[in-house]
Order: sequence, then C-alpha cells, then structure tokens
Amino acid sequence: MMQLTNRSMQVAKKELTFMERLYFPAIIKGMIITLSHLFKRKATIKYPDQVRELSAVYRGQHVLKRDEAGAERCTACGLCAVACPAEAITMESAERKKGEESLYREEKYAKIYEINMLRCIFCGLCEEACPKEAIFLTDRIVPSSFTRGEEVFGKDKLVEGIDLRVDVTKRQTQEVLSFKTDKKHYHNQTFLDKKK
Amino acid sequence: MTDSMLIYKIILCVIVFAVSLGAAAYMTWGERKLAAWLQDRVGPNRAGPLGLLQPIADGIKMIFKEEMIPTHSNRWLFILGPCFFMLCACMTGVVIPWGAGWESGGTIFPMQVTDINIGLLYLLGVVSIGVYGVMIGGWASNNKYSLLGALRASSQMISYEVAMGLALIALVMMTGTLSLKEIVAQQDQGLAFVVYQPLGFIIFIICAFAETNRAPFDLPECESELVGGYHTEYSSMKLGFFLFAEYINMFISSAIMASLYFGGYNFPFQHELGLDGNVLTIVQTAVFFGKIFIFIFVFMWVRWTLPRFRYDQLMNLGWKVLLPLAIANIIITGFVMLFMGKLG
Repeated sequence: MMQLTNRSMQVAKKELTFMERLYFPAIIKGMIITLSHLFKRKATIKYPDQVRELSAVYRGQHVLKRDEAGAERCTACGLCAVACPAEAITMESAERKKGEESLYREEKYAKIYEINMLRCIFCGLCEEACPKEAIFLTDRIVPSSFTRGEEVFGKDKLVEGIDLRVDVTKRQTQEVLSFKTDKKHYHNQTFLDKKK
Repeated sequence: MTDSMLIYKIILCVIVFAVSLGAAAYMTWGERKLAAWLQDRVGPNRAGPLGLLQPIADGIKMIFKEEMIPTHSNRWLFILGPCFFMLCACMTGVVIPWGAGWESGGTIFPMQVTDINIGLLYLLGVVSIGVYGVMIGGWASNNKYSLLGALRASSQMISYEVAMGLALIALVMMTGTLSLKEIVAQQDQGLAFVVYQPLGFIIFIICAFAETNRAPFDLPECESELVGGYHTEYSSMKLGFFLFAEYINMFISSAIMASLYFGGYNFPFQHELGLDGNVLTIVQTAVFFGKIFIFIFVFMWVRWTLPRFRYDQLMNLGWKVLLPLAIANIIITGFVMLFMGKLG
C-alpha cells in the first residue's frame, strides 16, 4: 500500500506495565504539556482593537474609481459582469446628457451598478477585466449586516467619494498597467487590432 | 462570650461568607482565563480590564434570565435542591482557621468563626450532606438525564467519602485531635504533615476532586453524555447556585487541604522574621490564601488536562485502589507510631 507519510506506526495491544498502570507518570507528563502552553504566545488576534495586517493587494470590498477630475470612470461596458464567475455584478447603463460631463467620463455610464457581496467570491476577475481602470478590489473588509438586502452594494457604497479617494496605487502598479494595455496579449486586442 | 466577641464573630461570619462567595465568583473568571491560556487563547477580556467584571456580568445575566420550573417536576423539591447545595457549601467555611488571631485590648480574637472540637467530622458531615442537594435536584427534575446525573453523584460521593475519611484517620492518629485549629497549630513547629502523610495526601486530593465533582471525576454533570447531568432542567439563578456552590466547594476543599497537609496559615521561619503579633496574622492570612490559590490552580490545571473517567473506572479506582491504599496507610502510620514513638 502506498504510504502518504512515514509517520504510521504498528499498533499493538499489550498489557500495561505497573508504571503505566499507576497513571501518575502519564498524568504528570500531560500536565507539563498543558503548563508549557500557559506561557506560549496566544494565537488570538483581538479583532476590533487589533487588526490583522492585510497585504496591499488583499481582495476585499470593491471600489468604483473616479478620474482626476472627479468623473466616474465606469462606462457600463459589462465586461466585469461577464468575467464574474459568481454572477454577482449587475448593471444598467444610461446615456450621458448634456451638462453631465463633469460627472461621467464617457458618453455612457452605469445608472445602476450593484455587487451582491453574498455572491461575490472576491476572485478579482472584475478588476482584471475592466478596460477603464474603474473597478478595483481594496483591502477594506465588507461589513456584516442583519439582512440580505443590505449586502447588495449599490453605487452609493461602491463609488469612491470625490474627497474620499481610495488609494489603489499599490495594486495598480506600472507592470499591471502595461500588462493591461499591451497589445501583444490577446485579451487586450480590440476588433480593429485583430483585423490588422 | 462577651458582647464584643459576639459582634466580632458575627462580623467574621459575614466576612467568611462574603470571601467564599467572592472567591467563587472570581474562580469562574479564573477558570475561564486559565482554560483559555492553556489552550493558547486569550479568554474573557471585554467586560472591564482583563475581563475582571465578567463574573458580575454573568451574575446579572443569571438573575435576569427566565426561570423555568418543569410542569412534571416536584416544585418544592426542585427549588430546595440548589438552595440546599448552596447552604451546605457555605456552611463549611466556619471551622477553617484563616489566621492565628488578633490581639486587641488584652483579648485574642481568633480568625476562626468557631473552633469545635470535632471540626474534621463536622466538615466531612456537611460535605456529605451536600450531595442531598444534587440528589434532590436531580430527582425533582423528573428527567432521565438529571436522575442519572444525581445517581452518579450520590454513588460517587459515597464511594470517595469512605477513602477520604480513612485517609484522614491516619492524620488524626498522628495529631490526636479533630479540631482544625489544633491540627494547624501542631504544624507551627516542624514540618507540614504532607511530609509524614504523602500517601494520605494523594488519596485525599484525589477524593477531593471526586467530592467537588471536578474533572476528571465530573461524571454527574458530564455535558457530552448527560446534557448537563443533574442540572439539565435548571435555569436562571437556580442553575447559578449549583455552579456557584461547586466553586465554593472547590475553594473550601483547597483551604482544607492547605490547612491539614500544608501547614495552614503557618509558613517557614515565621517566628524568625520578628514581626508584631497582628502584622504576623495578616501575613499568615495572606500566605494561607496563597496556598489556597495554588490548590485552586491545580484543580483547574487538572481539569484542562485530563479527560473524564469512565464510570466503571471511577468505581474501580474508588473501591479497589483508594480504599485498600487508605487502609494500608492507616496500618503503616500505626506501625511507624508504635516503633518510632510519637511523631511530629
């Protein structure tokens, strides 16, 4: 039979010796083990007071970015929804009207943009799929709630505030940006590129 | 008895009562903390600094919880059970000498509520009456788990009471008295009695674990097989009384072990320190509480190390091992006393 580890032992049921039947040596051995744990480092992270250090590229709650002028970057192309393996993203697009140029970057924008945080598996494929650098996952943890409805995050929770920008520079490095725009890669080629 | 002595005794009674209740309350905190530490956790830390207000929060919770008295239970016995258990637990503290005594205005106020000459017998008696609380509670619940728990508790207590009593007889043979004050005073000079009675002490501590229903002998209330045992049907403060009385029993057992085998409030070189009588008494009481604390720590340490006994193993240990050992201990003590003259 194939051995998974080399730690397996042959078990034999034999009569206990007198010392073993006394139990005291075994009890004392056990008590020393528990006592040694008394002085060990505690494994607990006291959560609300102490926050576990997260990686800069931790995949937590999403953010919909604005550009430098404060206009929303999302154009409701739907690539993130297509990429999403959990089908957590839904959106409804609308056309930008005159006078809304400062609000939306391009002619089309997402009127409704919802991510169901109960469905989301935080894989980050939406971030990879986005051609407009609009959606990012952040190192914020999605707060818990008492109802399911509250876990469907709309634009009110997803779009970053104009004055409360969410820093994503650590995950949007130069390598990431060039990878996303390099025409060598198939996924960056548009219809026109493929025609050439 | 003079009036001042009477008032002093009443005050001392209240203090002993309050201290044993307070100690029991904080032992619940200590138990949870220690359990956590032994398992690499932190333990209660939200209520107050280090979670020190946790026992108070628990007490308030217990009092405000809904009281359930099952319809098919015997109502009065159901209420009597925890009250009786609590009463017996609180009664044991009166014979323990907590210190040598205060001297004030020529009179000595002993740090002991009453020094009855059959103190040890009184202790054994009250402790064994205590099991009635468990039995009544378990019977009155009209529930098979409670009944099984109560049966186990009573048979376990009876079995271990015998070995415990016999272990104490060897000690009484040496001291020639049943008064706890006398026994502690005899350990003032010379060695603590654990040196002369190591086997007796081991038998006594094992029996004390069984008497207080602590792990590894916590069969009457084993959660995993009897759903809480005799207090399955109890809720609110009646459950609290059962749990609380158990901690008081543990505290008193520790105090008894410290005073019988580890010199009580005496400590080495106490007369060489050159302390004044009353100051010495304070130091002695502190030392006594230190000893109690160590025993409580051992109680908890064992609980979070050893698994529970099986019921037949428990009975085997009690009747086939501890009882013969205790009798052998008596015989050995007798022979040693006979050939070496008086000990101690």
